[in-house]
Amino acid sequence: MPLRPTTLRDWHATMLGRALFTLGLAVLISLVLTLVRHGRFLDNLVYSLAIGLLCELLLDGGRWLVARILLLRTPDDADAGKGWPGWGWMGTCIAVGVPLAYLGGHAFGDWVTGYRSSLGNWRPNVAMLTVSLTLGLAATLFFKSRIDLAATRAEAEAALRMAAEHRLKLLGSQLEPHMLFNTLANLRVLIALDPPQAQAMLDHLIAFLRSTLQGSRTTLHPLHVEFDRLRDYLALMGVRMGPRLQTHLDLPPALADVAVPTLLLQPLVENAIRHGLEPAIDGGQIRIDARRVDGPGGARLQLRVFDSGDGPVHAGTPGTGTGFGLTQVRERLLTLYGADATLTLTRTDSAREPPGTLALIDLPLPSPTTP
Amino acid sequence: MTTLRTALIAEDEPLLAAHLRAELQRVWPDLTVTAVASNGVQALARALELRPDVCFLDIRMPGMTGLEVARALADEWPDGPGTARFPLLVFVTAYDQHAVQAFELQAVDYLLKPLSTPRLQRCCQRLQQQLARRDTEHTPASTDLLAVARQLQALLSAQGLATTATAGPRLEFITAQTGHTIEMVPVEEVVYFEAADKYVRVMTADREYLIRMTLRELITQIDERRFWQIHRSLLVQTRCISRAVRDEQGKLNVKLRQRSETLPVSRVYAHLFKGI
Repeated sequence: MPLRPTTLRDWHATMLGRALFTLGLAVLISLVLTLVRHGRFLDNLVYSLAIGLLCELLLDGGRWLVARILLLRTPDDADAGKGWPGWGWMGTCIAVGVPLAYLGGHAFGDWVTGYRSSLGNWRPNVAMLTVSLTLGLAATLFFKSRIDLAATRAEAEAALRMAAEHRLKLLGSQLEPHMLFNTLANLRVLIALDPPQAQAMLDHLIAFLRSTLQGSRTTLHPLHVEFDRLRDYLALMGVRMGPRLQTHLDLPPALADVAVPTLLLQPLVENAIRHGLEPAIDGGQIRIDARRVDGPGGARLQLRVFDSGDGPVHAGTPGTGTGFGLTQVRERLLTLYGADATLTLTRTDSAREPPGTLALIDLPLPSPTTP
Repeated sequence: MTTLRTALIAEDEPLLAAHLRAELQRVWPDLTVTAVASNGVQALARALELRPDVCFLDIRMPGMTGLEVARALADEWPDGPGTARFPLLVFVTAYDQHAVQAFELQAVDYLLKPLSTPRLQRCCQRLQQQLARRDTEHTPASTDLLAVARQLQALLSAQGLATTATAGPRLEFITAQTGHTIEMVPVEEVVYFEAADKYVRVMTADREYLIRMTLRELITQIDERRFWQIHRSLLVQTRCISRAVRDEQGKLNVKLRQRSETLPVSRVYAHLFKGI
């Protein structure tokens, strides 16, 4: 009995299922009553069915109504959103609804069968009322567990879907088709022209593809591995751009084994190339370095990606995909380090620095004991 | 008898440019590659100077894209008796889904990277046939310019749709920095935008601002029904246009309501003023 049937067909199926359930229960009770009290089975069935259906109507209707009212008062009430008003309200619904249904069902039964005496004797009535209350409570418990199950399943499904979507987006942003096909075009030319260089380029491409495909699975790797992957990517771009691309990578040996999130710098380097250097007629230089900065709050690791190009600094230039790369880096920093890590993007244009775009990641340097 | 033809290659990746040149030499020996340009700006200048029969234009290039080069060529190509015919254009791309679809619709030839030799052969055959047909037809240059302008217009608007489809919300205000103050200029007060290198000049009825953004970036955020691109460097608010006038050379110009200057309308966009 999922509470929020998604389609009308689901809803019909749910209602039919419940009616059948009530019918089955009514038949069972009538059989027991017939055996214990020796009444007529058909009469007993009429009473049980009337009480049962009325009970279901009142409990379900009451639950729905109360949940609706609660939702109107506090729109972000998660339980009410799922159609569950909470045990306090539900208990009230049962306490009021079941006796009402019992009385109503009896009246209906009397009307159909023509008997009049059934409410006169209190003892069997109290017993039956107790049975009805117990059944109402049991049905509610069963129902509540179904709500919880459905909600958990929906949450799990949504989380899975989001993770898959994210992975796909990440892969799409890293395996940019334009880059891939241009690289293959260069490779195709090199195979005939300069086989050793073609082989070297293919090795870079293989390493790049392997790390890209694995990158989203592992979370941390040593900084020197990160730099190796960037070297692969830049080597591919170097073949394509020729002298238009100058690269400088600087990783102090002391920082080589520091663990960093996998391919954290990759989107920044791709942005620097795609928005900074590729559009520049004369190309330019890209500098990537890592340094340790000791401050009052402890040792920090600063990773910098600088390009001498003229790319946009504001994230999310429409249609260029910049937004996703940066957002993704920020999200990963946030999950791994909380507010303790930052990514800033600035245009350097002062007298001291060469003009260009600087992406700076600042994160806490893990203590040397941790691998 | 075969005729000697000339071609220009515009491709920013040196290996790919050299390869295309070598392949062309193999499949079409009578074609001389007179220039290899490594960016869009250079491609435009060399094409105007050398007047080749065929231009192979890479789409993604620094400076200007291949499509922008084509548009500028169509704008600036001399038109009159005795001038060279407009070159046949072949676009080259590694992966531009939208562009490829547009090329197919407009029957413009295109090549995909990595280049396949049979495909290049077929492309060259088609070019040879078209050039031969052109030689016998003796239509004035202005007819093919008109046809090319129409084709390019369709290609550019397809490209525009591709970029605006992914664009964010429309700009309501232009934020222009003048000294230490940031001016908020409502878009509806702008008479026209003019590209100025890496900047865009924003002209209102009585003032002028400079914003650090290219016209290409700006266009994706502007409502194309309110602002018409009438030239590759001009974006004019339609309700500010008072009339369009043709000058002695047959060039179309636009007069404005709130400002005194006259703005040129390029060939590629002249159709905007037809039959309305």
